[in-house]
Amino acid sequence: MEVFLPSLVSIAFHGVAYGMILYVISVGLSVTMGLMGFVNLAHGAFAMAGGYVLTSAITRLGLSFPPALVLAFIVVAAVSVLLERWLYSRLYDAGELEQVLFTIGLIFMAVAAAQVVFGMLQQPVLLPDYLKGRVSLLGRDFPLYRLFIIVASSVIIAALWFGVERTLWGAMVRAAVDNRAMAQSIGINTRRLFTITFALGSGLAGLGGALGAEIIAIQPTYPFEHLVYFLIVVSVGGLGSLRGPFAAALLIGVSDTACKYWLPEFGAFFIYVATIVLLLWRPAGLFGRRL
Amino acid sequence: MRSRRFVTTLFLAAALLGAGPLAAQTVKVGFLTTYSGPGAAQGDQLDKGAKLYMKVNAGKLPRGVKIDLIARDDTGANPDVAKRIAQELIVRDKVQLLTGFVWTPNAAAIAPLTAEAKVPYISMNAAGVNILNLSPYMARVSFTLWQSVYPLGQWAAKRFKRAYITVSDFAPGHEAQEAFTKGFTDGGGEIIDAVRIPLANPDFVPYMQRVKDSKPDVLFAFNPAGKQATAMMKAYSDLDLHKAGIKYIGPGDITTDEELQGMGDAALGVTTVHHYSAFADRPANKAFVAAYKKEYGEKLNPGFMAVGAWDAMDLIFHVIRAQKGKLDPDKTMELIKQYKNPNSPRGPIAIDPDTRDIVQNEYLREVRKVGGQLANVEIETLATQIKDPWKEFNKKK
Amino acid sequence: MTSFIGYGADPRIRFTECLPWLAAIAVFFLLPDYLSLGARILTYILFALSLDLILGYAGIVTLGHSAFFGFGAYVAGILSAKLGVTDPLLLLAAAAAMAGALGVATGAVILRTHGLTQLMLTLAIAAVCLEIAHKATPITGGADGLSGVTIAPIFGAFKFDLFGRTAYLWCLTILFASWWLTRRIIYSPFGATLAGIRENRVRMHAIGVPVYRRLLTAYAISAMIAGVAGALLAETNQFVGLNVLGFEPSGELMVMLILGGVGRLYGAFVGPLVYLIAQDFLAKQFPEYWYFGIGLMLVLVVLFARGGILGLADALVARWRKLK
Repeated sequence: MEVFLPSLVSIAFHGVAYGMILYVISVGLSVTMGLMGFVNLAHGAFAMAGGYVLTSAITRLGLSFPPALVLAFIVVAAVSVLLERWLYSRLYDAGELEQVLFTIGLIFMAVAAAQVVFGMLQQPVLLPDYLKGRVSLLGRDFPLYRLFIIVASSVIIAALWFGVERTLWGAMVRAAVDNRAMAQSIGINTRRLFTITFALGSGLAGLGGALGAEIIAIQPTYPFEHLVYFLIVVSVGGLGSLRGPFAAALLIGVSDTACKYWLPEFGAFFIYVATIVLLLWRPAGLFGRRL
Repeated sequence: MRSRRFVTTLFLAAALLGAGPLAAQTVKVGFLTTYSGPGAAQGDQLDKGAKLYMKVNAGKLPRGVKIDLIARDDTGANPDVAKRIAQELIVRDKVQLLTGFVWTPNAAAIAPLTAEAKVPYISMNAAGVNILNLSPYMARVSFTLWQSVYPLGQWAAKRFKRAYITVSDFAPGHEAQEAFTKGFTDGGGEIIDAVRIPLANPDFVPYMQRVKDSKPDVLFAFNPAGKQATAMMKAYSDLDLHKAGIKYIGPGDITTDEELQGMGDAALGVTTVHHYSAFADRPANKAFVAAYKKEYGEKLNPGFMAVGAWDAMDLIFHVIRAQKGKLDPDKTMELIKQYKNPNSPRGPIAIDPDTRDIVQNEYLREVRKVGGQLANVEIETLATQIKDPWKEFNKKK
Repeated sequence: MTSFIGYGADPRIRFTECLPWLAAIAVFFLLPDYLSLGARILTYILFALSLDLILGYAGIVTLGHSAFFGFGAYVAGILSAKLGVTDPLLLLAAAAAMAGALGVATGAVILRTHGLTQLMLTLAIAAVCLEIAHKATPITGGADGLSGVTIAPIFGAFKFDLFGRTAYLWCLTILFASWWLTRRIIYSPFGATLAGIRENRVRMHAIGVPVYRRLLTAYAISAMIAGVAGALLAETNQFVGLNVLGFEPSGELMVMLILGGVGRLYGAFVGPLVYLIAQDFLAKQFPEYWYFGIGLMLVLVVLFARGGILGLADALVARWRKLK
């Protein structure tokens, strides 16, 4: 029992760090799916791209950590604008099957390109010295970088929520998610809104992938391996909402970590079963407003 | 039908090359490894080792005899793909030997083919203890986990009392767990807990936390060589298990040479037992590593899989030389069973005539900094010319 | 979605429909070295047929169809390797029955949902099946796969041989039987309601069609056929590995189907044929570029040629007819 409470703290800590990264990556998917109704399975590829930009910027361009993070966001957002304008926009009115197939095709291309350019091995993440080391909390040692992940993610999430709840742009997004036709008829340029929101969501995915490169390794098969987790966060959280995926991501992060700790034999199993149960109980997601 | 085609090919070859005292003979060898998918890094090691051997030793074949190494991609641990490709190699390309395979399930899947078609298979890596029992036409030049882990268990029992085991949840992991448990408990130690970690797991920190809380003296770990080994090492260091007094040991897979530089200083002091280290002192290895670096780049180190491929090609060349390019399957197996090589980069090796498995030395190594690089330094020879212990314990009556 | 041939069209067999079978028999005599690849293509055509029934005709987007394929393969494999049942026909029947049961059980769960939720559930179910197969090592062989699958000679006379001759003909026979069955379904009133449900579910409700029950029946039949395909794979390989489950076989099958043309009976024939042959030649030469090429092909097909190869063929034929 004396080990129980500290180990609970430890699980909570690591679980929250993992969950926050999942959220930062997945929130963009939730918004674009709720806003544009587009099933973008290739979202994981954006996160992977962010991770590659980070590691390449540090090793090949010699940038230090903070500018490399910012670069990850910018590069991925910029690329996503191009993709959205040229490719995604043609399929907004297409059926679900077409969108699924299209984005699966994008995943294949991204995975193959990553393999050719970067090789099969995972990218080593070279953390700056001020982010290495341990910090002591409540009698236990925790890796400093995980604390940094929690803090940085909280800042990003707060900025995002503020942006969506308080700014004009955020109001327009919320209006368009609720009722796109109505929003268009009152003069909102939904096409431009889509592009900006898609860029933001993808940029966030890239940033999340870069931040989380320590815990979710960057390698060519990244989009395949973690696709299910991102989709779980979004579908269990509810499309188009911000808070839903946050709760779902934390839930997944903590329970995944807890499961690995106490029932290591059944790690991944539990997540999928929990997903099935949750989705059957609440098909629209925990906080979802529409399917 | 197959032998008739073979003879026809010979005649054609002779006719094409013009009349001559020695007709050119090509021995076709099917080489199956992984070029795509998650296992490509390991498969690449086999490719590099095999092709390097062929390049360096091109002059060692009898005059007029050539080797045609037909390489195919099994795309990973996909036994049905492996079986199909092996079948095609045998039926379409008419290979006389098969070799390669990173993955045990793939080797197990082709066992019935080797028996039915009488095409010998020499494993360059696939290390499952039982696969050689599946067909009399299979032999192994690589290693088994019991060979390295059992002596490690006995060594550990002399120094530590309580051990915690973490292994990846697949057959090699289970074998490693059994081998260590037997070695450690035979020597009087106590296994306080054992955990099997899912193979696709990305983050080892929760498991390492569990280990730390149980306070063992030593942690025995096994994961497949590659990114899992690096991730595990990172988790070990992130949670400061070293400072908590928990020593980290395992077979050489956990500090595999080709990944070692990427693991950073976290790996210093880790003790492993394995049959090969790129930093071994013997002349055969120095020559091998020099040739490897010259061919593939100064920064790259060969790992144990590259050596497995190298030695397998040596065995194949031996078999071809002895039969002057005209291979008979049963004679080939006889030659394989009598094979000895005192000059492999890993030291003296031989094939056990009873089990057709590899017989070799196992070395105790520690990770140290040598000339600015991390190296698996061989401290002592823990086991000399050890046969696979699992087969010894499970001798068929 | 795409033009479909169904109830209302002439159900009699057209001459062109005999061509695939004649071609398959010709291959048996003309290309004896390629029969094991041929058996694999036939197995995947069967698998694609099952997916086409539920995806192309009923309009249910599922990424978890490999669950039935893999389940059928493991049922056949376990019955043979662990329980000594070796009669090939019996194994197929058992696989069909078990996969059908799984189809009913999972269909009951997912068919009441739609959209992303449904997609997610199919993925989660497939993932759970993979995990179970992974964990239950004593029964399934776990990550090393299930070996020791022995199949008795068919009807006591035809042994599964090294050259794949028996396997090829066996797969061809089973495919023929399943094709016959599927064709009957599509050209029946039941098939018509499926197409109706796909095109406009609300209207089908309005005219009193028991939508849920129809979908469940179609789902179960599709699962059965997929299970038979899986069992065929187990029989011809005498091995079952974990790669029959999970996202990859489902995703790959979708690619094959979309390549051939979704919602058409023969899309399921053309797609796997072209894909697997291309893979056999190209993936050997350029393994990384193969993956990239498949992705690019998928993107281009979705953007410009949604009917797949058959759709393009239709367009060409229509243009040629206009020129006449």
